[in-house]
Amino acid sequence: MRYIDHHAHMVSRTTDDYAQMALTGCVALTEPAFWAGWDRSTPDGFLDYFRQLTEFEPKRAAQYGIQHYTWLGMNPKESDNIELSREVLKRLPDLLDGPTVLGIGEIGMNRVTKNEIAIYTEQISMAAALRQLVLIHTPHLEDKHKGTRITIDVLLATPALEPGRVIVDHAEEHTIAAILEHGFWAGLTLYPQTKVSPQRAVDMIEKYGPDRILVAGACDWGPSEPLAVPKFVMEMRRRKHPESLIERVVLENPIAFLRQSPKFKVPTGTGQAAADAGALGRSR
Amino acid sequence: MTPKTAASPLGPTALVDEYFIENRNRLIEVAAFLDRLDRAGGATRDFRMQVLAEAIAVLGGTSPNRVAEIQMLLSDPHVEPLTALDRKGAVGAYDRSLKERRS
Repeated sequence: MRYIDHHAHMVSRTTDDYAQMALTGCVALTEPAFWAGWDRSTPDGFLDYFRQLTEFEPKRAAQYGIQHYTWLGMNPKESDNIELSREVLKRLPDLLDGPTVLGIGEIGMNRVTKNEIAIYTEQISMAAALRQLVLIHTPHLEDKHKGTRITIDVLLATPALEPGRVIVDHAEEHTIAAILEHGFWAGLTLYPQTKVSPQRAVDMIEKYGPDRILVAGACDWGPSEPLAVPKFVMEMRRRKHPESLIERVVLENPIAFLRQSPKFKVPTGTGQAAADAGALGRSR
Repeated sequence: MTPKTAASPLGPTALVDEYFIENRNRLIEVAAFLDRLDRAGGATRDFRMQVLAEAIAVLGGTSPNRVAEIQMLLSDPHVEPLTALDRKGAVGAYDRSLKERRS
């Protein structure tokens, strides 16, 4: 089945992962800017990373028939450094014009500090002013509920930003209702341990229905799964859900959200066959 | 938002048939972890194990929202932001013994 993974940190993955994703039906992915596992020390460090996201990764993905898009912004893990963050934000508006940049992301909070909230709020204001789509990271584990609540409060205080143009990502059972009831899109990111399993993601689809819900692997440099979306597809089939519902969640929903950016091109063609050909026949 | 509470296409017997073995395994893994801790001298004063014990009690209840209830037991219940970054990452459970770090 063709699918779109709206959250994949491919700079951390091998080219073999692109091949496996293509072979399992991935036709497009979007890669939010995030933390590399260590803190960058200068704005130029971020600019080099943004160049990797906008110049190198689309070429690597294209070798396997996968469209690659990106989101740029100051990530939550480094946003407590307020001086560095503001230097990066000064450079952001020009970069958002890039042909594969869909919007601002992933932004949000990590430990929910005052500085993190300030930088998140500034980026939300920028997104509203520049009419950008937004992809928001919600904090991990014990910080998720508190962080999601503040995330939503800031969004509600920015009425110029339409809820339907915002993904609040890494939703779980104790946060998804609040995200959906305010009109935002909820992202379910499928991790081996720390967020949502495919089984629990299917549970949430069953409880809340498929409207405005996206699923992604969010694969990165830590324990994570680049084939998480096809595993979600398998879990949906295991529950005997119809193929039309599965396709709605993994292909039609991401298209419905992402096509709000005129830069996003809806994937056409056979997808799987093109991907297979790319994985088998093209050189780096 | 009130969930639609749509059922799985699988009925209760089919769900048990499909998922019993893997959940039996998960339960035994938790039991083995607790036994392992006991052999090591126990960790009943560790805040993470204290909340884990509360979470295990939720499993024995009849709430239809066990997952969300356990998630909330593990969560920081406060609304105030931290005034300064204390560490880079979360640890999995909120330490209720910490003094309030309100602004």
